[in-house]
Amino acid sequence: MSGTWIEIIWDIVIMLFLLSGTFFIISSSIGILRFPDVYTRLHAATKGATLGVAGIMIGSFLFMYIEYGIVSGKLILGIIFVLITAPVSGHMISRAAYRSGVRLWDQSIKDDYDKAFKSEEQQS
Amino acid sequence: MEALEMTQALLKIVTEICIVGVSISIFILLYRAIKGPTNPDRAVALDTIGINLMGLAGLLAIYLVTTKLNDIILLIGILLFIGTVAIAKFLEKGVIIERDMD
Repeated sequence: MSGTWIEIIWDIVIMLFLLSGTFFIISSSIGILRFPDVYTRLHAATKGATLGVAGIMIGSFLFMYIEYGIVSGKLILGIIFVLITAPVSGHMISRAAYRSGVRLWDQSIKDDYDKAFKSEEQQS
Repeated sequence: MEALEMTQALLKIVTEICIVGVSISIFILLYRAIKGPTNPDRAVALDTIGINLMGLAGLLAIYLVTTKLNDIILLIGILLFIGTVAIAKFLEKGVIIERDMD
């Protein structure tokens, strides 16, 4: 009888992980829709989507482990992979956008990369 | 025993709700990928669509009660990273693979 109560509690924990992951994914896509600029959209894209997919993967891992006793290491590996590659790809897209001439939002007040970019161009 | 069946039915309903939510998120990103003012906007939207597809595969593994979709998640992640790096290099320099013709 005690096993069923523990399974019920684990099911509720899995539901909480899935719902929080979906919430973060939807909020990150609303951020991509509403932000005014490429450089501000990248914040919403990398951070929010990484957190959301981590929540969903942890929920799926717990479901496989509780219901069937399968330890699926590929889901944990997927979390680590997204955690490593999302900042790298975000940085590469932002640098490519700056070098291909995409302007900042007209209400941004600080642009520190401009000086370094110009001195780098003069050297080469 | 009835409570366990009830929570399992509730888990299935929650999984369906999450699948619908991630699909709505993919549609919102698809608008940005088509409409986006510049090409880096489209690249950001495509990158995030790929990450949402990873989450959708994880939810579908719960819904269909199978472990065969776990390889697919890793495969989508690796191909997505290579594709994003290739798009970024193409936008920056105009070529993907640089060749020095000395």
